[in-house]
Amino acid sequence: MTSFPRGALTYRPGLARNRCNQLFTGLAAVFTALAVLPLVLVLVYVLIKGGSLISLRLLSELPPAPGLEGGGIGNALVGTLIVTLIASLIAIPVGVGSGVYLAEYSRGGAFARFVRFGTNVLAGVPSIICGVFIYGLIVATRAFAGQSYSALAGGIALAVLMVPTVIKTTDEALKLVANELRWGALGVGASKFVTITRITLPAALAPIATGIVLAIARAAGETAPLIFTALFSPFWPDGLLNPIASMSVLIYNFAIMPYEAQISLAWAASFVLVVMILAANLLARWLGKLSRT
Amino acid sequence: MTVSSPSTMATDTCIAVQNVSISYGSQEAVRGVYMDIPRGKVTAFIGPSGCGKSTVLRALNRMNDLIEGCSLKGRVLFDGHDLYAKNVDPVEVRRRIGMVFQKPNPFPKTIYENIAFGARINGFRGDMDELVERSLRKSALWDEAKDKLNESGYALSGGQQQRLCIARAIAIEPEVILMDEPCSALDPISTLKIEEMMHELKKSYTIVIVTHNMQQAVRVSDVTGFFNVSHRAEGDRKVGCLVEFADTEQIFNSPSQQATQDYVSGRFG
Repeated sequence: MTSFPRGALTYRPGLARNRCNQLFTGLAAVFTALAVLPLVLVLVYVLIKGGSLISLRLLSELPPAPGLEGGGIGNALVGTLIVTLIASLIAIPVGVGSGVYLAEYSRGGAFARFVRFGTNVLAGVPSIICGVFIYGLIVATRAFAGQSYSALAGGIALAVLMVPTVIKTTDEALKLVANELRWGALGVGASKFVTITRITLPAALAPIATGIVLAIARAAGETAPLIFTALFSPFWPDGLLNPIASMSVLIYNFAIMPYEAQISLAWAASFVLVVMILAANLLARWLGKLSRT
Repeated sequence: MTVSSPSTMATDTCIAVQNVSISYGSQEAVRGVYMDIPRGKVTAFIGPSGCGKSTVLRALNRMNDLIEGCSLKGRVLFDGHDLYAKNVDPVEVRRRIGMVFQKPNPFPKTIYENIAFGARINGFRGDMDELVERSLRKSALWDEAKDKLNESGYALSGGQQQRLCIARAIAIEPEVILMDEPCSALDPISTLKIEEMMHELKKSYTIVIVTHNMQQAVRVSDVTGFFNVSHRAEGDRKVGCLVEFADTEQIFNSPSQQATQDYVSGRFG
């Protein structure tokens, strides 16, 4: 005979273990809801406050002078695109190149371990410190043609933020490529360079592209590195060596102004920025899906 | 360890392995291998797992270079040239001595591009369509693949993928093709197709194949090398070595070594 008590096979909700199960399932659900709540609230709130202002005029006009009505955020939109483009042009080659070095060339030596560790540290550096660093390095020293604040400096500051993400995703993506594929290419007489450029990198393209898009999305929304570097401008962008407007700095500047027109423009800009970042994330998901088909 | 010279050997030696020992890090994997691989024949390596067959095979086209910490002592002579001499370019070696791997590894490209890739990077200057067709015909894949040359190599079955990999290796017209257990992941019908193909291929290529399947060695090879694990080394370390290298018929019917006799007759610990 058994030495354990045996009950009926029917489910009894009153049992201590069943009560416990229900309690913790409920608790987990509540915390999950709390975690998603900010996302939903931000989207809804920004949509209510800023969505109503969306028009072609908003996207194509300059902001009004303080005290005047109307206007748009055209210069900030263009500025954000330019600064992000500069950042991408710097961060993508540097990041992908380092990732290729780590995954394909380094043999796990001290230098590679140092770079991997450094990349992780750099990824955790607060963005405002990137801004101050570029301020000290480029802006304060007037390194570019004697100019202080410039679009170029802003782009470089964002690039510093993007590089660790791009290195990490490239490194990880290349490590996932099967070694058999590399051997196959080398086995038909491909050199290491040809193997990497024609076989390994294309095989890892989707995850690398996903990482790049996510890095761009993060950089496009940053404010702190731009305040010290690209500054702001109420006018249309004027070359890469002059201060330039950007969406995030526009929001920062306008949201605390005592004028109704500026405050509502800040909300509208928030909405546009959130939509842009959302779109970038969707693009990244789509790119990630491409690899699995 | 005696190495009797196979009768076919007198003809022409393609690759000569002389006193080769290979280590991974400080661990010796295989020691003291001598053999003369005859040209235009199929040579099979048999033996239990971990006895260094694949290691020796990879040493023949410097694939071991890609494995960290792998070092080789001794000489590997290909047409009289030492493959491990300082001035030898491993990329050039692999163009002359192609390789087919255990797991089918087509490139994530179309069937056509899988074959054209190797040819293109080797500076092929002929009719690519013709080369692709010829390679696929030689690997007995043409009839199955001719209507889907622009589909991904992954769209093929495992056996077809392996024949695609063989077609890819043939396309660059190597002198030697090394095959590392090419049929271990395949069903018997695909295996049969590849074996038939090897009989065709040995007319123009020297083939070296590693196999766990002794019937396969009997069916396809002219010369067989039997590898075994020995405990001769100090302590309990296992080191692979070549026990016997002779005509396949001799290895399976009247081997000179007791260990070979035990292994081929299935009486093996």
